[in-house]
Amino acid sequence: MNDISAALVEALRLISSADAQLAQIVWLSVRVSVSAVVIATVIALPLGALLAITRFPGRQTLIALLNALMGLPPVVVGLLIYLLLSRAGPLGEFGLLFTPTAMVIAQAVLITPIIAALSRQVIEDAWREYEEQLHSLGADTMACAQTLLWDTRFALIIVVLAGFGRAAAEVGAVMIVGGNIDGVTRVMTTAIALETSKGDLPLALGLGVLLVLLIIGANLLAHGVKLAAQRYQG
Amino acid sequence: MLPLTLEKLGFSAGGREIIRSINCEIAAGTRTVILGPNGAGKSVLMRLCHGLLTPTTGRVAWRVDGPSLARRRARGQAMVFQRPVLLRRSAIANVIYALKLAGMSPTECRLRAEDVLEAVGLSTMAERPARTLSGGEQQRLALARAWALGPEVLFLDEPTANLDPNSTRDIEQIICAIHASGTKIIMSTHSLGQARRLGDEVFFLSEGRLAERASVDVFFKQPQSQDAVSFLRGELP
Repeated sequence: MNDISAALVEALRLISSADAQLAQIVWLSVRVSVSAVVIATVIALPLGALLAITRFPGRQTLIALLNALMGLPPVVVGLLIYLLLSRAGPLGEFGLLFTPTAMVIAQAVLITPIIAALSRQVIEDAWREYEEQLHSLGADTMACAQTLLWDTRFALIIVVLAGFGRAAAEVGAVMIVGGNIDGVTRVMTTAIALETSKGDLPLALGLGVLLVLLIIGANLLAHGVKLAAQRYQG
Repeated sequence: MLPLTLEKLGFSAGGREIIRSINCEIAAGTRTVILGPNGAGKSVLMRLCHGLLTPTTGRVAWRVDGPSLARRRARGQAMVFQRPVLLRRSAIANVIYALKLAGMSPTECRLRAEDVLEAVGLSTMAERPARTLSGGEQQRLALARAWALGPEVLFLDEPTANLDPNSTRDIEQIICAIHASGTKIIMSTHSLGQARRLGDEVFFLSEGRLAERASVDVFFKQPQSQDAVSFLRGELP
């Protein structure tokens, strides 16, 4: 118990003094996860919308597969991307392994299925209500998809946040493709794992507190936006 | 694009025949009321005519076949549903949305939308989020959105079924105004009073068949079919 409270005091001191090493790690984490979320969102939302409103043979199988991909094990994704990006791999010539870019790719691959599958569900529910009206107005598939994405925007904020939470909390994949190199690819989760095994509990705990605060903060902000906007839009 | 011709029109879903071999011609000008008990197939018949459902047998034929179904629908016909489906944006943006889909320029859209909101008495609520309007106002907005398109034919699927008497009166006035502006009205209802007030001719549906077709006066004074007689007898005071 003493260890924990001592570590917590030291952790708070690190946070309040804006320790340079700590700040660098936090900043890289935010950069990597936000980039991954942006890339995944740009791919996944249109995909989710199209899957929600189009009908084709094999659609149900594809939806089941997409839902299953939400549970992709991060270490497996890390391993696959490692193989693709390693010197001998098909994308080796770009020299991306052990760079933040590799970590962005890994996180984007992990959360694209999450955002696509959840948004598909949200948009399909809205589609049931809108389908006849939009067809009556002569909207084609692309116009329907755009309209539904805009009209479900409040629910989709939460979907994107679920993706952000998953990306920011992820450790297995970024550890493999990033390598946890000090000052280059060390993010909060990999640093926590490392510092814990080294016995530097204050730094690990300080990072842990910040990581949790970051995720809670992002969620509170989005929830506030959603509530305010919903009250206004009805 | 009128007259609208239905040839041996049939529709089945889930092994149940909902529309059974309807043959008729619907002419321009008059207000046509599709009357019948719940489950007679009124809504399905209108969706078949509007092109939202594909007939199982027979066909729906408009006089002129336009360039494509979607464009023809956007120009020539519109439909208002029992429960208005409004988009999560302002009242006027809902009207502009429909006009933009129909290919109108942004400035034209705005002017047309303002005019039509004025005509249904929603000018002061133009900037309000559509989904915060009352039920009656929402249905007026849905009518305005359809009217703005200047359709040759307007389908109305029990447009006042969920509304109180005051809102119903507003809606009926707007329907008359739309008709007066030259739009053919095809409306379903199970309210006999509404059929008398708004109809010129009645199509009486019973169990998916067109049991009777007559002018409103004739239908209410001397119904020919047994089904219509018993439906009229069941009228509540």
